[in-house]
Formats: sequence, structure tokens, C-alpha cells
Amino acid sequence: MELLSPIVLSIEVAAAATSVSFILGLYIAKQVVKLRRMKAFVDGILTLPLVLPPTVVGFFLLLIFGRNGLLGNMLAAMQVSVVFTLTGAIIAATVVSFPLMYRSARGAFEQFDRELIYAGRTIGMSEARIFWRVIMPGCKPGIISGLVLTFARALGEFGATIMLAGNIPGKTQTMSLAIYSAVAGGNREKSYMWVVVIMLISFACMLLMNLFSARTRKTAAGGTVTI
Amino acid sequence: MTLSACIKKKLGKFTLDVKFETSGGILALLGASGSGKSMTLKCIAGIETPDEGRIELDGRVLFDSAKRINLPTRERKVGYLFQHYALFPNMTATENVMAAARGSRAERRRIAEEKLASMYLLDSKNKYPGQLSGGQQQRVALARMLVGEPATILLDEPLSALDSYLKWQLEMELVEIFRGFDKPVVYVTHNRNEVYRISDDVCVLEHGKSENVVPTQDMFLKPRTLAAALISGCKNFSRARKTGEHRVFAEDWNLELDVAAAVPEEVKHIGVRSHAIKAAHISRGLSQKEPLPGDAHANVFACRIDKIVREMFSVIAMISPEGADPGSKHAAIRIKMVNDKWDALGDPAVSFSIDIRIDPAEVLLLE
Repeated sequence: MELLSPIVLSIEVAAAATSVSFILGLYIAKQVVKLRRMKAFVDGILTLPLVLPPTVVGFFLLLIFGRNGLLGNMLAAMQVSVVFTLTGAIIAATVVSFPLMYRSARGAFEQFDRELIYAGRTIGMSEARIFWRVIMPGCKPGIISGLVLTFARALGEFGATIMLAGNIPGKTQTMSLAIYSAVAGGNREKSYMWVVVIMLISFACMLLMNLFSARTRKTAAGGTVTI
Repeated sequence: MTLSACIKKKLGKFTLDVKFETSGGILALLGASGSGKSMTLKCIAGIETPDEGRIELDGRVLFDSAKRINLPTRERKVGYLFQHYALFPNMTATENVMAAARGSRAERRRIAEEKLASMYLLDSKNKYPGQLSGGQQQRVALARMLVGEPATILLDEPLSALDSYLKWQLEMELVEIFRGFDKPVVYVTHNRNEVYRISDDVCVLEHGKSENVVPTQDMFLKPRTLAAALISGCKNFSRARKTGEHRVFAEDWNLELDVAAAVPEEVKHIGVRSHAIKAAHISRGLSQKEPLPGDAHANVFACRIDKIVREMFSVIAMISPEGADPGSKHAAIRIKMVNDKWDALGDPAVSFSIDIRIDPAEVLLLE
């Protein structure tokens, strides 16, 4: 069990981070597309965690969630601690992977044919119905690929995680941290094993995405307007 | 059953300023691309919001800037046929139509299938838009639009993306459907032939500004303005001023013309359609000019051939009156005749001189 704990932790962290990024990413992307002013600025802020070194992101997260941080104080009053906990690992992975989901969703929404939305309105469909029945199916390929990238990024997250959540075996040590510890401790066999495991999981992710996009391309080809 | 719109909208340098009213029948909004036709339809449908104005449909106010009324699209009961039909690609024909129907799922399915059956589409009911032909797509889009029982129908250049054969077929289908529709239909197009064939009334748009609504026949036979004459297909224009009860002086052509109709004081331009200009013969100088046949002595002028373009069955020649200033914008006159007639003239070449006759009854007097 102790041997498997980095895998379990990694998947827990990645799944939780992906879920949060998915919901937030879709929602925020939809709002940003509607923005008329400050679009570039807001977009820049939201994409920042992607381009900053993860250690810098981790540093900021420590500032925010640390004992003297803005949120850290409030959370401490509620008996919740983030630093050196699984929650911290999830937060770090979420912040770092969020821009991938957000950007993919935004791209998909922006490229979506607006006439279909207008058509939905003229025939009396509600905005919610248009979103779920028309926009989401049309944006599915972009959103799914964003989802897979987000998951892969969260799974491999290292820098921000080690800053905020530390590297505590059995508690916050995910696979990428386990590799670091194994290499640092001179344990070659263990590091090889984790490298192989991570590669397998990542490859499976990409394979899944390609399979899926090939399938949607096929249905999309049947769905394009051919006269 | 009346649709009235009076809207203004500024978009950068472009200003839309449209006013029209229609009750039943097909009203064509005719204008070149970029004249604001589609924008007008989008304002009526509530997809775009005008800066000011009022839109009313069957006594319901859809938009009124003064009273701050702006009904959302879905409550306007406006049927909109998009240029590329805007069918939902992830839904079958039936599901597309169901999306516009109301009631329980079973009820909506029944309504949708009934509508598809009435459009001869039952065989395609489970097909996706990408699997349908252009004609079937148009009919599915129409079915989807009609199932919501709209109070008016707006068509945004539904035929312009099609090749000519399919276009003809779909145009006839459209007309058949709208002849039986007793509510106002607004048809946007840049194609004057479509307007002539399809519409009852026409409203010309130029640079965002609408002219008065006129019966289609009048607009083609008796255009009143330069813009209307241009868009009705007239190719030859000259600035003009009145010189007599039935005489005008065409400034660009440097000619004085007889006109059958009484010339109004405010005439600013004249127009002559290409087919109304008859080329008589190659002139051999004025002294040797042979008399023209029939009554035609009026309005005969010597012109120089500037350019000859041969088409499959006819010849188009650009000519200019010999007295005209070649730098003038409208100096060139375009004439068109069938190959045989051109050859009978002796197949004149560029820089030859020919005599033309402009029929006094065919001169359009424009404001």
C-alpha cells in the first residue's frame, strides 16, 4: 500500500484539480468571450500561471495560503490548513492546470458559429438550452482536448506542489515528487519504476484524446454542410 | 399583419437608417453587399440592437428606444432563415425541428414529424444536416422556422450561396411556400432578378439608407432615383438638366435628347438601359449619313467604339459620344446586341464610329 500511495495521491490530485479547472474554466471562458473591454488584460491574468515558472506560482500560493497570508488567516480560523496538506497539492495543481482548460474552452467558444446561437434564439430556445444542446456539443472536441491536457498537466505538477504542499510520503508525495526523492536518495530502481508508470499514464491520456478526437472528427465530417 | 421598422444604428463610419412597413406579401430589401440589409434583419430579429427607433409587429412593440422596450429574440416570434440555414449539425432533421416545437418530448416529436412530412422530408428525418442535400437542408430549416408559427419571416439571402441550377429549384420551392403564408415576409438579396421574380414590393437600400417601399414592377419599369435605376440593372447614366418640355441635355454625353415623357424640373440624371440603345450602322461621316429606317430620326448620335467584349451569344460594346469629354466619369455608354445583328453592322472594330439611336420612350428621368 505504501508503495502505491504516490499513484493514488497523484490520481486523486489530478482528478480533483481537473474537475475544478473544468467547471471554472468553462464558466470563466464563457464570461471572458462576452467581455467587451479589458479582454486582453483579463486573459493575460488568467493565463499567467501557465507561463510563470511553477516555483513562482508556488511562491505566490504560499503568500496567499501561508500562515500570514490573506486566505491563510481566514482558513486557519476555520481550522483548515492548506500548507503541507493534500488540499494544498490540489490547489497547486488546479492553479497551474487551469489555464489549459480555460484557453481550450475559450478557443472553442470563440470559433463556434454564432449563427447557430442566433438560430436557437429565433426559434425560442432558452439560453441554457442553447448552451447545453447546441454550443457544448459543437465545442466538444476542443473542450475534451483541453480536459486531457489539464489532467496531464495536473498529474505531472511538481514545482508549485512542492512549494505549497511539500514532499511528505503518504500524505502529499505524488509520483513526480516520488521521482525527485528517489533520484535525490540515489534509489535508481525506484526512480525508473516511477518514470515508467508516469510515461504509461501520460501516453494513455494522449491515446485516449486522439481516439476521441478521431471519432468526433468522423461525426463532425458527417455534420458539416455539404451541398 | 403588419411589420413596421424605423431604425437607426451607427457602426463606425457606417450609419444604418432604415424605414419601411409591410403588411403581407413579400417585401424585398435590395442592396449591394455592405448596404446594411442583413443588419436590418438582425435588428428586427433582436440579434442586434439599434441605437434608436421602433419596431412593431402585429401591434406588438418589439423595440422602442424611447420607451426602452427591447424584447429578447426568443419572444419576438420572428422566423429567420439564415444564409447557410444554421441547422444544428449535432442533431438529426427531426431533432432540429423538435428544438423549435413546444410541449412534451413526445408531443414535440409528433409536431416535428408532421411538419417534416408536409415538406416531403420523412425519408430524411433521421439524417444529420451534413447528410442532406442543399434543397433538403433548406426545407428542414424552413420546417424548423415554421413550426414555431412566427408572425413574420425574414430571409437573409437564402439563395446566394448556391450554384445556379440548385438555386432555381430552391427559389421555386421558396416562392411556393411563401405564397401560402399570409404574414409579412422580408426577403434580403442583392440579386435584382430574384427580386423581380419573387417579391411584391421592394425597398432599396444604399449605404445604409432606405428608400421608399415601391411595388416591384414600378421599381424596375419606372425607377425614380439614381440608386434605384442602378440596382434595377440600368448601366448607362449621365448627369442631365431640363432644356425643354420633352428635351434634356445629357452633360456627360454632351448630347441633347428627345424624351417621350414630360421632363420634371428636378431631373438630375438620365438613365438608358443597354437594350434600349440601337446601333444603326457604321457611320461614314455626317455628310454621307444614310437615312435611318422608320420614324427614327430623333436621338441619333455618332459614337466611337472604345472596347468590344464578345460573349457566347452577344456582343457588348463600350462606346462614347463623339462630342463627349473622354475624362467624364459617365461618358461611356454600354450597348449589347446579339451576334448576328452585330455582324450585320459589318463587324465594326475598336475606334470605328457607329450611329446609335436612343428610344425617347426608354429614357429614365431620375432625381
